[in-house]
Amino acid sequence: MICVETVESIVEEARALVEDPSYPAARRWLEEHSDGKVLGHFQVYFPEELAHAAGMLPLKIAGFDTTLQIRKADAHLAAFVCSIARSALELVMSGTLDILDMFVFPPICDVARHSCAVWARNFEDIDSQIMYLPHNAASAAAVPYLTGEYRRILREIEEVASTRVTDEALRASIELFNENRRLIHELYRIKRETPWLLSAVETYLLTRAAGAMPRERHNELVRRALAAVEHRDAKPQDKVRVVFSGGFCEQPPLDLIAVIQDACYIVDDDFMVGLRWLTEDVPVDAEDPIEALADAYLHRSDYSPVQHDPRKPKEEMLLRKVREAGAEAVIVAAAKMCEPGLEEQVGYSQALYEAGIPHLVMEFEEKTTTFEQTRMEVETFAESLLFEFA
Amino acid sequence: MTTPTKHERRIVIRPPLPLAGTTRDENRKLIREWWDELNAAGEEGRPVANVFVMGSMAEILRTFDMPIAFPEMTSLQTAVRGRSLEYITTAEDAGYSPDICGYVKADIGVHLQGGDHPMGHLPEPSLVVATNLCNTYIKWAEIWERMYSCPVFVFDIPGWRGSGFETKRGSGTFRDDVRYVEAQVRELIALTEEVTGKRFDIDRFRENLASVNELSRLFREVLELNQHRPAPFNALTEGINLMGIVNAYRGSPKGTRFLEIAKAEFTERAERGVGAVPDERFRLLLVGTACYSNFRDFAGLFEDWQGVFPHSDYMSFAGGALDRGVHYDLDRPIESMAEQMVLTTQEAMGGMFWGQDWLTEVVREWSIDGIVFHGVKSCRTVSTGLPDEREWLLRRRDIPGLFIQSDLVDPRLWSAAQLKNRIDAFFESLESRRAAGARR
Ligand code: SF4
Ligand code: SF4
Repeated sequence: MICVETVESIVEEARALVEDPSYPAARRWLEEHSDGKVLGHFQVYFPEELAHAAGMLPLKIAGFDTTLQIRKADAHLAAFVCSIARSALELVMSGTLDILDMFVFPPICDVARHSCAVWARNFEDIDSQIMYLPHNAASAAAVPYLTGEYRRILREIEEVASTRVTDEALRASIELFNENRRLIHELYRIKRETPWLLSAVETYLLTRAAGAMPRERHNELVRRALAAVEHRDAKPQDKVRVVFSGGFCEQPPLDLIAVIQDACYIVDDDFMVGLRWLTEDVPVDAEDPIEALADAYLHRSDYSPVQHDPRKPKEEMLLRKVREAGAEAVIVAAAKMCEPGLEEQVGYSQALYEAGIPHLVMEFEEKTTTFEQTRMEVETFAESLLFEFA
Repeated sequence: MTTPTKHERRIVIRPPLPLAGTTRDENRKLIREWWDELNAAGEEGRPVANVFVMGSMAEILRTFDMPIAFPEMTSLQTAVRGRSLEYITTAEDAGYSPDICGYVKADIGVHLQGGDHPMGHLPEPSLVVATNLCNTYIKWAEIWERMYSCPVFVFDIPGWRGSGFETKRGSGTFRDDVRYVEAQVRELIALTEEVTGKRFDIDRFRENLASVNELSRLFREVLELNQHRPAPFNALTEGINLMGIVNAYRGSPKGTRFLEIAKAEFTERAERGVGAVPDERFRLLLVGTACYSNFRDFAGLFEDWQGVFPHSDYMSFAGGALDRGVHYDLDRPIESMAEQMVLTTQEAMGGMFWGQDWLTEVVREWSIDGIVFHGVKSCRTVSTGLPDEREWLLRRRDIPGLFIQSDLVDPRLWSAAQLKNRIDAFFESLESRRAAGARR
């Protein structure tokens, strides 16, 4: 008898990694690699290939939800700062995440830039860096500049890892991460085309686990999940198809995603968008692999409120996402206190209004625990649409 | 000592000073002229650029005779005139969150009300230059982009990079940063040519650069005057006037002339021993910004204790890094602009995120008794890490600091009693420190 794994059991594996703030898979990796070094990176995008090629374990630190008590971090940050900056800091201050050798912040917002300084002041044994991704994405000099900046970060990595990284090692890492992105894009394709086969929560957990474990193992995990989905026997339900927008940095609590998916199919979203920021494979045979990574970041990539790129007007990108996902409506969310997310909400709402696409505007916080109000709003929204489309 | 109140403040009779009021009068005149130019450009349909104080690129734009609007300044003016809340609520009614920068909302409120501002009429921008020095600048620029379909140029100056980073001429990173910035200088020139229909005149550009060199030299001299005891001007209150003019007139001889007037007046005060705050007792350093919607009250909370602010980090970052010493090489104007932009903004912005060393130096040079860290809800750019910085400076350098919070322009976040309690307690602790020091 062939024993087929269920999607549920694989998702539970992912959940166990995602919901444990001590990053158990990273600890196991460290047990296996006694000299191993760990590089954490903040939202949204980091070229993890650079760390991987140096033999480091890249971890995506995307804050933490309700189970993490903020005890120490609050004393170091102003009151009006989003929750992800607090929980990321708390993870380290509390000793929950005591395995980082290096931490990289992209300059996505001023909270992130300040956070780098707070980390650098408080944890002298962690090499805290800002990797200055270019804000002038349209400049002809952006690719050469970013190539130089990636090289600078690579030099820091080499120092921390006490190694020299060869182009061959970089190419091998690019290949591994290309495969990872393809697998995640495949999860998203299934969710988009047949959302009854893979729910938003499942896709989310399977995707987010990438940032919490060695990528080789994550590829394996997703391959198993994709195989299991093929054996899934589920029927489409009469649900509104929505796109969720606003999960590019701070993540909504899992229970919030569950509340939405009770009433709607979330056919596309931007949760953990950095893990699938590059939309195409990075060429493995490029003469300069670092330049290839820089080029991909700027020219073949997704969009988010923290990147201004005149070639990717954000409202148009959102409308395109809605079209391509065959969605009927959008949930325009933003994390509480998130300046870029909140500002983008207005532009998105206006564009959706003009395009005649129904949308629900909401705010969330990773530490929220009660969702009754949101459940009511989402249900009312979904019902009004079902009625309208009936 | 019991806490003095405003009502108990002594009436101080100062000796008549021949130059008294000259800075204020020139400031008023220049701000009026600046507004008149914006109004006229709007009426005549001439192109106007919207820019920001940190990295305004006035050196380039002024070459094309483009009137320059500084929305941070015009938002501040709505607050000082007690009108910010009506604009903020207009923006909130249009969907902008209570939790975003109040400067953005005050400005958007003005635009949503057809450009009517308490001081004139804000014209539509024909070009927006937003640096990355505050990330909200970029989001703000995108709002105008949607409103007016105007071109937005995000001028990116890579900044402080984290642990162990130093801006070093000759390093690979410095060269990469300068190359990127220089390319953008050229791209911005090309775009401005397109928007204005004028050719770039490198000699005009050189003149502007020369003028900024002069402005920077004078600005540093004026700041240094405040190393005198008593401090001849208050960086909190009079500083705001200086900042307005050095931004609005950066690259213009009117800006340098203004600083000469200010320097003369403050020198006269210093020579006569006349302080900005009568009977100066405490010298403070402001980190963050003031609260402009309750500006007089905010200043009063410190003046009541005869506390003066000889310096603030605001005078550094909001002055487009003039305090760091801008030295453009006029023989290589474009290359030199790129180099100086990288050098000075990395220092000034680094000072905002990684400010402990610069603050320690200011404490020493300007004889500061304590630092006031004022976090404002509007501005994560200045406020996010202030509690950490305060704690670090106290623990590692024994520099006392007070952390308080309100807002820049939103009077709903002003809590007078709470602030007064905290500020009074801080002054009392400074007094005890002083007494303990005297006993040792
Ligand atoms: S949630 Fe928003 S404000 Fe907070 S770190 Fe992320 S982008 Fe910055
Ligand atoms: S966030 Fe701060 S620096 Fe940025 S626009 Fe607002 S007030 Fe100015």
